[in-house]
Amino acid sequence: MSTGIESFGAYIPITRLPHSVIAKKGVKAGGSEKAVAWADEDAITMAVAAGANCLRDLDRSQIDILIFASTSFSFAEKQGASIVAKALDLGTNIKTVDIGGSLRAGTLALQQAIDSVLAGSARKVLVLAADCRMAPPHSSLETNLGDGAAAFLVGSDSVIAELQHSASHANDMMDIWRRQGDTFVHSWEDRFVNLHGFQETAQAAIASLFEQTGSTAADYTRVCLYAPDARNHAGLAKSMGFATEQLQNPLFGQLGNTGTAFAPMQLIAALQQAAQDDSILVVNYGDGADAISFKVLAPATAYLPVRRGVDFHLKRRRIIDSYDKYLSARNLTPSEYPELDDQGISATVQFRNRDENLSLQGQVCNHCGTHQFPKGRVCVRCGTRDHWSAVTYAGMGARVLTYTFDAFYPSPEPPTVATLVEVTLADGSVGPRIHMQFADATASDMRTGLEVEFTLRVIHRAGKRPNYFWKCLPIGETA
Amino acid sequence: MSLKDKVAVVGVGCSKFGENWNRSEEDMIVDATYEAYRDAGIDEPLKQIDAVYCGSLYSKNGPVEVSEALKLYKPMTAVQNYCATGTEAFRAASMAIAAGVYETVLVVGYDKPKDRGVSGPSVNIRDVRDLPATPAGWFAICAKPYFEKYGAGREQLAKIAVKNHYNGTLSPNSFLKKAITVDDVLNARMISWPFGLYDCAAQTDGCAVTIVTRADKARQFRDDPVYVKAVASGCAPNPNTDPDFDFCRWRATENAAAEAYRMAGISNPGQDIHVAQVHDCFTLTELLSYEDLGFIDKGSAKEYIDSGYFELDGELPVNTDGGLKAFGHPTGASGVRMIVENVLQLQNRAGKRKPKRQPTMALSHNIGGFPTGSAVAILGIEKGS
Repeated sequence: MSTGIESFGAYIPITRLPHSVIAKKGVKAGGSEKAVAWADEDAITMAVAAGANCLRDLDRSQIDILIFASTSFSFAEKQGASIVAKALDLGTNIKTVDIGGSLRAGTLALQQAIDSVLAGSARKVLVLAADCRMAPPHSSLETNLGDGAAAFLVGSDSVIAELQHSASHANDMMDIWRRQGDTFVHSWEDRFVNLHGFQETAQAAIASLFEQTGSTAADYTRVCLYAPDARNHAGLAKSMGFATEQLQNPLFGQLGNTGTAFAPMQLIAALQQAAQDDSILVVNYGDGADAISFKVLAPATAYLPVRRGVDFHLKRRRIIDSYDKYLSARNLTPSEYPELDDQGISATVQFRNRDENLSLQGQVCNHCGTHQFPKGRVCVRCGTRDHWSAVTYAGMGARVLTYTFDAFYPSPEPPTVATLVEVTLADGSVGPRIHMQFADATASDMRTGLEVEFTLRVIHRAGKRPNYFWKCLPIGETA
Repeated sequence: MSLKDKVAVVGVGCSKFGENWNRSEEDMIVDATYEAYRDAGIDEPLKQIDAVYCGSLYSKNGPVEVSEALKLYKPMTAVQNYCATGTEAFRAASMAIAAGVYETVLVVGYDKPKDRGVSGPSVNIRDVRDLPATPAGWFAICAKPYFEKYGAGREQLAKIAVKNHYNGTLSPNSFLKKAITVDDVLNARMISWPFGLYDCAAQTDGCAVTIVTRADKARQFRDDPVYVKAVASGCAPNPNTDPDFDFCRWRATENAAAEAYRMAGISNPGQDIHVAQVHDCFTLTELLSYEDLGFIDKGSAKEYIDSGYFELDGELPVNTDGGLKAFGHPTGASGVRMIVENVLQLQNRAGKRKPKRQPTMALSHNIGGFPTGSAVAILGIEKGS
């Protein structure tokens, strides 16, 4: 019996900021760009989207642990994994874990997950890595950083890639950091950081793996290297003797460095292309380095329905043509209005409504079969009281009944598209009607009857907290 | 059970509606109430008024503001039902008189939203997911299905705005006194499709007051009292979660209208109602209400609007004073302000706003929530037997 990766999913925000727009030179066709989480997205919403992609059409009942890796959790004290577990409807018999602090958290989480399954303390583990790191406007970091998320389901059943060997190399230095309370990531001088930090540490981990396994650079079919930028990526590959054709495209200039999700996303892209018996090397860096080798037991398509991996998301692009809109989406635009210092949504109200808000759960009347969202006590159609079964609609599709373009709702890019959708149940019958916003929508996309799916987003920031609810977006091609 | 001919309006008053930066709640309450006292011939309110019913949605300190402003030592009842608050305060007062609890009651509807420091409507955030749109956004939800089904469009909405703007130029207390054209409406900046700026009521401060008394005592106050034929309320759960909602009607209005017509003994509202003040927070609200109130058949608003049926010189003038469009919408005041206008119309005191035939039966209508509450009041100049 093998243990390793059973499924995977990625998420990349549809919004792309061209580097030429950052330089205030307008949009240039074919130029470099980065993926940016928009105003209603953060590490948590991206992790939920990647997780949903990873778990699509799979049984979730055996997931005993969820590990969420990020350096940009929404809260300094309050778990991210618990929110994600609720949004992915993983039930309450689950151990939720956040791993943070280091950009290496994504591969650390993956190794922990595999260890847990090997040790017999979990049947399956869901691993999520997502980052939405803030770079100072007009810094070199700003062009390098991108946003995205990766998810893996780890188990011992239909394993497509088995972890074979790993080597770690610990290293502490002040290379890149964000202090408590800082908005932006800071780094020390590039040349020092990249030479004595990234290059030397990653080289040491790789050398250690080579020594441990008696392998050489040429033994790996695919090599996924974390690197802070394209130049350092090429530098590390050359120093360790990897040929260009072995290297997984790190997508600098398309996606950007997605932090904890960066190496995992490359692994996903590699798995989508891999053939049986391929050997994949993943190298990750952050306060030390990991070198991990996987053996591909079966091509992804052997066990899995179509996954939304990296390619799927790279094709979906919405270009942001204004740097000011980006600053506004990142809440970096000064306003003449005093910032609201409200208490936000009552925590008790939020507690009572957690099923609706995070799981998109409503109910069906056991007497007349009418679906209702949000939950209530009395059936809107037959008047029967307290005779309900809970239904989670998050994974279902829906149909637009009507919509408006609301230019007054606060948004970096008004208007906000507000719609009433009618859920389509798995058997094709009609579910509840839900009043919600569209995500990533433009006016020209909209029509009545449009088929949509649901995505967890930040609906507003009352109380200066992210408040999560579902939005809808057009059903993408499942290529 | 009916309120018909048990209660009469004997005095009305209305403050100037607008961005009353240099006027307080107290100023507006005093202005409108003392005008109503004068109208009813009341010179000793402490003796002649038995109770106060107050409708306000944004009151800073609650109904004590009315007691304080008027220095009245009287029972006070506060009534709220979103934007139907004004009519609901009038209904509660009428019922108290009909029940024989009080004889003469002051109804004060007011609000002062312009002290809140926001321009236009604020975004409503109560639960995380509540109302993912602004007021314009949630009323606009009905536009697309109605337009697709019945063929009306932005041009019909624009004609409603043009009509109400024109009527507002004839009203001394209105906020907007500017005639506009259909092109002005269609070319204005969008608020929430299909609503442009001119499709939306403004937000203003204002106060309106009526004095109501027992019908059999009304002539002690004035020779031409106006009789309450019906006041009815219709509340409903959120239509947007109703699986049968067709986006073309609001049941709260249909139910309130049916109840009011039953109470008033009206079987053909399109004929029997001669003038109406209809809730027009957005132009589409007025359009749907023509049909929900039974003035015309469902789906026929387009042809009636195009023919000028609801204009001041039309067959059934609607919003003769300019409506919420021209007065703005100080929430608690609007319903009472509509009753004030209907009283003036029925008493032939509306001046330049006089329709081509002198009305004897008038309807006013509020709608509130998203929308979940509606109230309808019917007044007549003739007392039934």
